[in-house]
Amino acid sequence: MRKLLLLIACIAVLPWAVFAVEPDEMLQDPVLEARARVVSKELRCVVCQNQDIDSSNAGVARDLRILVRERLVAGDTNDEVVSFIQARYGDFVLLKPPFKPETYALWFAPFAFGGLALAFGGGVLYQSRRRKAGRNLNTEEETQVAKFLEEHRKGTEI
Amino acid sequence: MVRFVMLVPLLIAVIVGGFFLWGLDPDRDPSSIPSVLIAQPAPEFALEPVDGVAVPGFSRADLIGNSGAVVVNVFASWCVPCRAEHAVLTSFVERDGIRLFGINYKDKPKDAAAWLKKMGNPYELIGSDISGRAGIEWGISGVPETFIVGADGTVLFRYVGAVVGKDAIARFSEALAQAGALNEGAS
Repeated sequence: MRKLLLLIACIAVLPWAVFAVEPDEMLQDPVLEARARVVSKELRCVVCQNQDIDSSNAGVARDLRILVRERLVAGDTNDEVVSFIQARYGDFVLLKPPFKPETYALWFAPFAFGGLALAFGGGVLYQSRRRKAGRNLNTEEETQVAKFLEEHRKGTEI
Repeated sequence: MVRFVMLVPLLIAVIVGGFFLWGLDPDRDPSSIPSVLIAQPAPEFALEPVDGVAVPGFSRADLIGNSGAVVVNVFASWCVPCRAEHAVLTSFVERDGIRLFGINYKDKPKDAAAWLKKMGNPYELIGSDISGRAGIEWGISGVPETFIVGADGTVLFRYVGAVVGKDAIARFSEALAQAGALNEGAS
């Protein structure tokens, strides 16, 4: 039982061992360090491209983490640090694409497609419902039908 | 109006299908990162020479006011593709008379000096970037990377990875020719 508990404890602790941020990178000031973590979660690693630099073990990611911390210590705001790195690596390093004319298609396309789908779906449903409901017969048609039924009952062909 | 509305799905299918075709293009590298440096002035940096190597270091100032375009190559002795690329760059220097500057990226000076001694040194100037900070200024994601810088210090071309193999060499030669870096008389 004790062995099992130990095993579970070891497995539970395991995920903490895979942090990419190494102790020698961390800042003494916990507030700045926390900001550094926030900033580095917004920045894409340029080697392993779907990871943020905070969780990447690539050499360049480590350099960028250190750079982020240096800029923060030098008194930059979070936004200034991000734009410092963006100036060197382009919009690509931002995990969240910026909102600007070049990216309007990216931001609006889902809504546009959604709206289009709704409009089409709604249109089709509306049309089919109208067709199903049909319309009432007018008096002339009513008399025609009555006449037809009458003759049918008598057994004569029209 | 109804006719037009009926055509809309076809139109959307064509547009989306066009994107799919573009995405399936085997020549497209989805992981390539567009460089922000192209058509921009070369970044600010200043590098000391590598200890034990005879050629001087260089900075941004050395890239401005040259008589023609120059090539800046980021390399390291620990980088295996750089070894393959070394022969290609050397032949460009010897045959075509390009001017080649090197950024020795995150390398021990001793290793770099030994590597250059063994392989030969095609570089006119070599800056030692031990911290990798100049690499970040250039926006590199790894080594090797090669840039062509115009006479006025504008970055004209970037090649990510080793310039090795027929296609890569052809692309690089074309960029060199466009930049006017090839010495016509020598070739």
